[in-house]
Amino acid sequence: MNCAEAEILLHALLDDELDAGHSRDVEAHVASCPGCTEKLEAFRAMRAAMASANLKEAAPASLRARIEASLPVPSARIIPLSKFSRPSRRSFFGGFAVGSVASAALAATLALAVFRTDLDRSVADDVVSAHIRSLQAGHLMDVVTSDQHTVKPWFDGKVDVAPPVVDLTAQGFTLLGGRLDYIDGEPVASVIYQRRKHVINLFVAQRLGAEHATVTTRTIQGYNVRHWTAQGLDFWAVSDLDGEELGEFVQKISAALHPPGSS
Amino acid sequence: MTGDAYDEHDKARRFRDAAMPHLDDLYTLARYLMRNAADAEDAVQECYLRALRHFDSYRGPAMKPWLLTILRNVCNAEFARRGRHEIPTDLAEEGATAEVPMWQESHATPEAALLRQQNGDTIRRLVAALPAPFREAIVLREINDLSYHEIAEVAGVPVGTVMSRLARARSMLRAAWNGAEGATA
Repeated sequence: MNCAEAEILLHALLDDELDAGHSRDVEAHVASCPGCTEKLEAFRAMRAAMASANLKEAAPASLRARIEASLPVPSARIIPLSKFSRPSRRSFFGGFAVGSVASAALAATLALAVFRTDLDRSVADDVVSAHIRSLQAGHLMDVVTSDQHTVKPWFDGKVDVAPPVVDLTAQGFTLLGGRLDYIDGEPVASVIYQRRKHVINLFVAQRLGAEHATVTTRTIQGYNVRHWTAQGLDFWAVSDLDGEELGEFVQKISAALHPPGSS
Repeated sequence: MTGDAYDEHDKARRFRDAAMPHLDDLYTLARYLMRNAADAEDAVQECYLRALRHFDSYRGPAMKPWLLTILRNVCNAEFARRGRHEIPTDLAEEGATAEVPMWQESHATPEAALLRQQNGDTIRRLVAALPAPFREAIVLREINDLSYHEIAEVAGVPVGTVMSRLARARSMLRAAWNGAEGATA
């Protein structure tokens, strides 16, 4: 590799966009070239300075209000079928749920419309909503630790499953912690990972939807969703990470759960 | 009627949940593209209205790059309407950044090897002074935190172009950075 090639690729190295092979090549060139070493260090320092300067602009409250006002208002809570059998459901939009007789009647007719969508799809929507909710300030984690041996016992007695918690830091997915959440009225465990600034919620529960021997892939509201079943548990991985990288995450989790030769 | 009502309410809720968390990201890109607060606000509001209209047919990519793509189109349409490509910025008004020959590589002197310290306002000004395609690439990468693939989608260029723009943008930024007023070694 020469300096001209390295010049472009060292940015990809800084941005964590290179595969292992190319990273090695660039690093090997940089190690042997003082000019490129200097550039890499300067650009690294520049990125760090930009990151710590917190350059994101907060939108003015007046703009937020203006946009909110221009969007249609969800006037009735959409109540999924499970609501009727499981009144314990905790809801983000709970405030809208208890309303007038008219809205209750509307909700009843709306619920009929839900018959047309498959249950699995509504669970997937719920999972995505739970993910979005978790991203709001202060909602992400109940237990904050990168230690898998702290996260796992924390769930004891809170949910009726013992979610597998694996440390994938070496593979580029940092364990952030755990959270108790509710999907379809049932308490579920969420194990939270992060790649770069992308949060991944891995929801683990006893079978929520239909059995899926293989991984199913969905994009809902722009969030990538992977769903699979293993060891009698339902796994839902949700993130704004791109599909390929989330696929990689699922692979690593599955591999960690089934080490070669273990079954 | 029942189905329509269901769809409309459900859609409004899903759109809010999905789109509103990205408001600051959108506003930030709009500030750097439109270069002043009032135009940026108008562009962001128009972006949300368009996004809602197209939300039914939305199947990906991730919500943030999708919204940023719409925002970028809104900004470009506004530039086209005004019949020019650049408008004065309120981010780079003070200082003489524009005169700094940013397209020249800094020569590697021992002093230039160190990156000088700059405060947030200076950094904003330096980024705002970059030519449009480079400014856009650096904002999408460093502030909006998009991957190369996502930047390519938003800017409508191949990933290779994203890579070369980022390399160029950072070289320009580094040269201007070390030459900027108020720098301390």
